[in-house]
Amino acid sequence: MTPPPLLALERLTRTFGALNAVNGVSLSVPARERRVIIGPNGAGKTTLFNLITGHLAPSAGRIVLEGAPVTGLPPHAIARRGLSRSFQRNSLFPRLPVLENLRLAAAADGVGSWRLLGRVERLAAPLARARETAEAVGLAERLDVLAGALSYGEQRQLEVGLALATRPRLLLLDEPTAGMSPEETARMTRMLEGLPRDITLLIIEHDMDVVASLADQVTVLHYGEVLTEGSFAHVKADPRVYEVYLGSA
Amino acid sequence: MRVRVALFVLAVAAVAAFPLGAGPYPVKLLQEILIFGIFALSLDLLMGYAGMVSFGHSAFFGIGAYTAALTLVKWPGLTTALLVPAAAAAVGALVIGFFSIRVSGVYFIMLTLAFSQMFHAVAFQNSFLGAEDGLVGVPRPDVLGLSIGTLGRFHAYLLVIVGLLALFVWRVTRSPFGHVLRGIHENEARMQAVGYPVGRYKLAAFVLAGTVAGVAGALYTQFQGSVSPDAFLWTTSGQALLMVIIGGTGTLGGAFLGAAAFILLQSLVSSYTERWMLILGLTFVLLVLFAPGGIVGTLRGRVGLRA
Amino acid sequence: MPADLFAQVLNGLAYGFLLFLLSVGLTLIFGMLDVVNLAHGSYYMLGAYAGLTVIAVAGNFWLALLVAPLAVAVVGAAVERSCLRPLYRRGPLDQVLLTFGLIYVFEDLVKGIWGGRIRSIPTPDLFASSVNLWGAVIPSYRLFVIAFGLAMAVALWLLIERTRLGAIIRAGVFDAEMSAGMGINVSRVFTLVFAFGAGLAGLSGVIAGPIQSAYPPMGASILIPALIVVVVGGLGSLKGSLAGSLVIGQAETFGKVWLPGASMVIIYVVMALILLFRPQGLFGRALK
Repeated sequence: MTPPPLLALERLTRTFGALNAVNGVSLSVPARERRVIIGPNGAGKTTLFNLITGHLAPSAGRIVLEGAPVTGLPPHAIARRGLSRSFQRNSLFPRLPVLENLRLAAAADGVGSWRLLGRVERLAAPLARARETAEAVGLAERLDVLAGALSYGEQRQLEVGLALATRPRLLLLDEPTAGMSPEETARMTRMLEGLPRDITLLIIEHDMDVVASLADQVTVLHYGEVLTEGSFAHVKADPRVYEVYLGSA
Repeated sequence: MRVRVALFVLAVAAVAAFPLGAGPYPVKLLQEILIFGIFALSLDLLMGYAGMVSFGHSAFFGIGAYTAALTLVKWPGLTTALLVPAAAAAVGALVIGFFSIRVSGVYFIMLTLAFSQMFHAVAFQNSFLGAEDGLVGVPRPDVLGLSIGTLGRFHAYLLVIVGLLALFVWRVTRSPFGHVLRGIHENEARMQAVGYPVGRYKLAAFVLAGTVAGVAGALYTQFQGSVSPDAFLWTTSGQALLMVIIGGTGTLGGAFLGAAAFILLQSLVSSYTERWMLILGLTFVLLVLFAPGGIVGTLRGRVGLRA
Repeated sequence: MPADLFAQVLNGLAYGFLLFLLSVGLTLIFGMLDVVNLAHGSYYMLGAYAGLTVIAVAGNFWLALLVAPLAVAVVGAAVERSCLRPLYRRGPLDQVLLTFGLIYVFEDLVKGIWGGRIRSIPTPDLFASSVNLWGAVIPSYRLFVIAFGLAMAVALWLLIERTRLGAIIRAGVFDAEMSAGMGINVSRVFTLVFAFGAGLAGLSGVIAGPIQSAYPPMGASILIPALIVVVVGGLGSLKGSLAGSLVIGQAETFGKVWLPGASMVIIYVVMALILLFRPQGLFGRALK
């Protein structure tokens, strides 16, 4: 018997006034898969993410995470259930050093954060995880630098790092390579490829090379609806997909 | 770090020795500075670390002050002098915080302001609380069997309590909890997104700050031997805000420096002219316009959080 | 309706319209500039004293009604350009502190110029007597306040909803950046709105004069009810100002009659209840 999918969206809908930003989207992501969502601008991809993470309430439909419904839960509760997300525009802690950025993310699940006295250094687990994550995203040499002082590419790495530090089972990445140079993009892609498989990935991407490298499956979104799904090769060959991208140029 | 410890020890020693050389009026000024310093410190915990600007902090100062006045008259003792007012202020902060945490920014400022004025209204109109004139004749408690009625003994008592509270607040800012507050100040949305129940942390910070403010109020009652509705007045909250700003937000020592600056300025100016309110007001207008980092911030050449 | 009750309702309406004039400026300034202008009550006070002076010099209440608000508007514009404009980028805290300092400045200036005693402002001859309305005896001046307030409410509504200037103001309340992007001289509009709000507060002060008299702390003491009105009504909303001030006006008036020991607490309870169910106020934009 196949285990339930890690993430299941059932006819998820979100309207803003007369606009159907997300319209009856049904999606199923099995564990250990790497799913990429593509679609022209305005297709509703980020809105979809906001619905999944609980930042937006759906107008209709359900979100099921590991078999348990999470529709309507507040963002921090959903995060606690093993879901994590990086943002399209960096959302860091600019006046804090990189290590503290990651440590905060890593310490989010622990009771230790409620300690009124005692030192942060004594919370060994989050600190260790912060260092591991810094290593994984290539910021091991920059631990003492303030996040605001990093280069844009490094900030993107930290952005992903913050999401990783919580040890998620499902990681949502919103355009992780946005605004990056080719070298930075290649580095990010390698980093993502190297992530352990027990982290399921759901990625929004525009860069087709990245999609080709990473995707097990691709979902194409258009005007808030699922146009088609399949392997990257399959989707690339679909004439409707070609039209959609060409038409919106 | 060692510099800071040295400064702290030096400050404590100077304050402790002060009554030996100075007359009663300067000592009283110093004691007022200590009390308002810890009041401003509690506000700085909220503002400088958690980033929550409250204009209603006088609510907890007043709750502590009135609770101490009511209980000390009947049952003088250390518990009624400090613990009961602290508990009352904590409860008040829990209730007000529950309503206020739901909003932020300007709304939060206004809501906290309005709530504190509600307490003022209650105190002002209630004969049980002494109405307009407040309560007088509040005795000082005996500490460990000794009376603290004399200037010297009260000074020591005050210094110990204020010192302990200041140390406590300082430790909290360095604790895991304190780091979470800073994270919330830096980027509340991201803290939510990584899984912190931000609302609960903010409420906890609010209650903590309110409790310390309550003890400050209780100390003020013991200092003056009386309490009046002015303790709740929004200008009291405003003065605390000004003290934090003068000294520099996010710098705990700044709260005491700001309190000293404000109280000394007020005392100095009012002895020369009746127009001291004008001068004080102008000073603050100019300060906000031209020195946003406060005394400590300007001294350090930068503003705001320290890593 | 029994006569006494009716009289109280009318009193509450009169007070409500005073609050309305005062809070309109506050809510527009809030909505546009995101500024907690704590000194707004000071304009109320300045209006009362300016009115006092005009009456003392010219002997005419109606002249005061015209001149005093204009004078206060000028002061408001001056304050905005010199003190507040540098602070727009800095967030609510600096603005709160600066305007708090201004309260001290204005109150002490007034005390210095006019003295600290309460100064009474004579009721205009036209409305000096009381009127019997269905058994309720009420000073005719209060009826004038209600009528005037109603007329102002209509005039303001027309101004905000039906004129180009009003459209600009509404756009600024909604999104100042966008307005600037569309070529509107936003800083001039800000000064205008500020002066306008201050002038309305001054107008409220003149009108309140015969009822409340003039005393230096009057600005600070009316500020809290005005803030509550704005919070209850919703930031930036004219409708909200009207609804909020009428509600608070009635609540405070009836509170004084029914529960004299707790009359002032009533408005806070009302506020807390409304905010519990609608944190953005009755007509405010939804938060976040």
